Amino acid sequence: MKTPEGLKYAKTDEWVKVEGEEATIGISDYAQDQLSDVVYVELMVDEGDSVSKGDAVATIESVKAAADVNFPVSGTIIAINEDLAETPEVINSDPYEAGWMVKIKLDDPSELDDLMTAGAYESYNVEREG
Amino acid sequence: MTEKTIYELSQPGRVGVTFPEPDVPLTPSPMGFEREHLNLPELSELDVIRHFTNLSKLNYSINSGFYPLGSCTMKYNPKINEEAARMPGLANTHPFQPIVSVQGNLYIMYQLQEWLQEISGFHRVCLTPAAGAQGELVGALIIKNYHQKNNDTKRVKILIPDSAHGTNPATSSMSGFNVVPLQSDERGNVDIQALKSECDETLAGLMLTNPNTLGLFDENVEEVIQLVHSAGGLVYGDGANLNALLGIVRPGDLGFDVMHFNLHKTFSTPHGGGGPGSGPVGVAEHLNDYLPGPIVTIIEEGDEESPPFFGFYWPEKTVGRMKAFYGHFGMLIRAYTYIAMHGGKGLRNIAEMAVLNANYLKSQIKEDYTLPYDRTCMHEFVVEGSWDKVPAVHALDISKRLMDYGFHPPTNYFPLIVHEALMIEPTETESKQTLDAFAKAMKSIAKEARENPDLLHGAPFTTPIRRCDEVKAARDLVLCCWIPD
Repeated sequence: MKTPEGLKYAKTDEWVKVEGEEATIGISDYAQDQLSDVVYVELMVDEGDSVSKGDAVATIESVKAAADVNFPVSGTIIAINEDLAETPEVINSDPYEAGWMVKIKLDDPSELDDLMTAGAYESYNVEREG
Repeated sequence: MTEKTIYELSQPGRVGVTFPEPDVPLTPSPMGFEREHLNLPELSELDVIRHFTNLSKLNYSINSGFYPLGSCTMKYNPKINEEAARMPGLANTHPFQPIVSVQGNLYIMYQLQEWLQEISGFHRVCLTPAAGAQGELVGALIIKNYHQKNNDTKRVKILIPDSAHGTNPATSSMSGFNVVPLQSDERGNVDIQALKSECDETLAGLMLTNPNTLGLFDENVEEVIQLVHSAGGLVYGDGANLNALLGIVRPGDLGFDVMHFNLHKTFSTPHGGGGPGSGPVGVAEHLNDYLPGPIVTIIEEGDEESPPFFGFYWPEKTVGRMKAFYGHFGMLIRAYTYIAMHGGKGLRNIAEMAVLNANYLKSQIKEDYTLPYDRTCMHEFVVEGSWDKVPAVHALDISKRLMDYGFHPPTNYFPLIVHEALMIEPTETESKQTLDAFAKAMKSIAKEARENPDLLHGAPFTTPIRRCDEVKAARDLVLCCWIPD
């Protein structure tokens, strides 16, 4: 399972890649593996929307389950990955690059402090697996 | 496919019937109504009989084998239910008949209402909801209307434990509530602390599946209900797992405010493709006026000379009509028959045997499969369909391999709180021999997983169709019917 260094991770399995005031959000390799084959992604937001931490980014449907993806941080949407509608499988094959979901402009960069480092997220996953 | 479609079997000009010469003068059809080409298959009677007989052999049902589909209560449906429903006096009645001519039908519905009230401890029952999910919708609408009638409009939140049935959040959303999930504690009960922190003035209610989808009876159910009531909320009971409680515990006595019954689970009416569902709803006294209608009642009391005269009434603050006419009447006859055949002691025996069978089966396979919640279960239990030592094998592979052993797979990947879940519900109608055969197959598959995992990845090998491409099935939906010219 890949957990790239440099990204921030939420307990609810989203990753955040911070570049200045902007952040890209997607779901982790661990999360896509748990979901198994993704068949459908519905993004719940549009460019320009302002969103709060905890709001729904998307609903992901896999052959096993449907799951919500939530914003780990607040901000304004500056881009959404429109390709996911046609090729949702990239969430399985490339969760950290082609599988990105939204880019936002951060309201409050201090919210990032609540998120985990790659190492902490890996330990958290080991603990969850029991 | 091992059987062609009926269109592929069609041969131009072949017919299965011959019409007699008309004995009245021929009249031309109105202009524009005649078609040259109808695109119907052309076959002989024998072709048709063979086609459908062959198709029926491809079917797997409770009549052909063990069907331990957790949460679905796939019990045997006694054939006397069918006898009763097919009696001409019942089968040939029409919903537009005047009620004076269908007093027998109304008597059956009235008696079923009374029995369901007695079994559940609820005050009133409405029989019309079409199935479990519609029963849930009724319950959520009753909760909503109750708060609105009390001008308590801040109550917008429904709590749903993560061990609840999957339809509960959908029902709440559809009724306009905000859904807040509640986590389970390490024993599989509702986490009391998590519940307490959500009990505020925005709480509309809690939807509780008890026993829950882990097959566990919530050990704190009375405290859970009391906490919700103290905060001003109502408690909805998902009655899908009532099979485990018949004659032992009554949800109404526990303090539930409203609950649906699944006649097609607990009361042995056909299930899945076999027939429509039926999801009557029962309520505690303070919600009587909110039930949907129509509900059967006695309009004129009877005496020694004449029976009572039955009719319908509509509750005063009703949430409205849920279903055309009177619900799925044919299912009501079957459930009535089932209850009448068993009586009170028999119903209790159903619950006892369902729970005993599940615990027996659990004890038979617990050495081979991880039990995430190792408690005495109710009518079903959940194991993990994967092992750390063979990470490539998943619950799905075990399910597919079970088909090679002649069993219907259990429910997989539900509940979501169990990793690689396999949810097994044997029901009370299975014998020890069947349970032993299933346990043996499960043990054998666990061994195969260790020794030859590819056998599981390739399964099923013996079914008419091998493993389906589930991703393709979910992504490339074909929603219209294609008929070749």
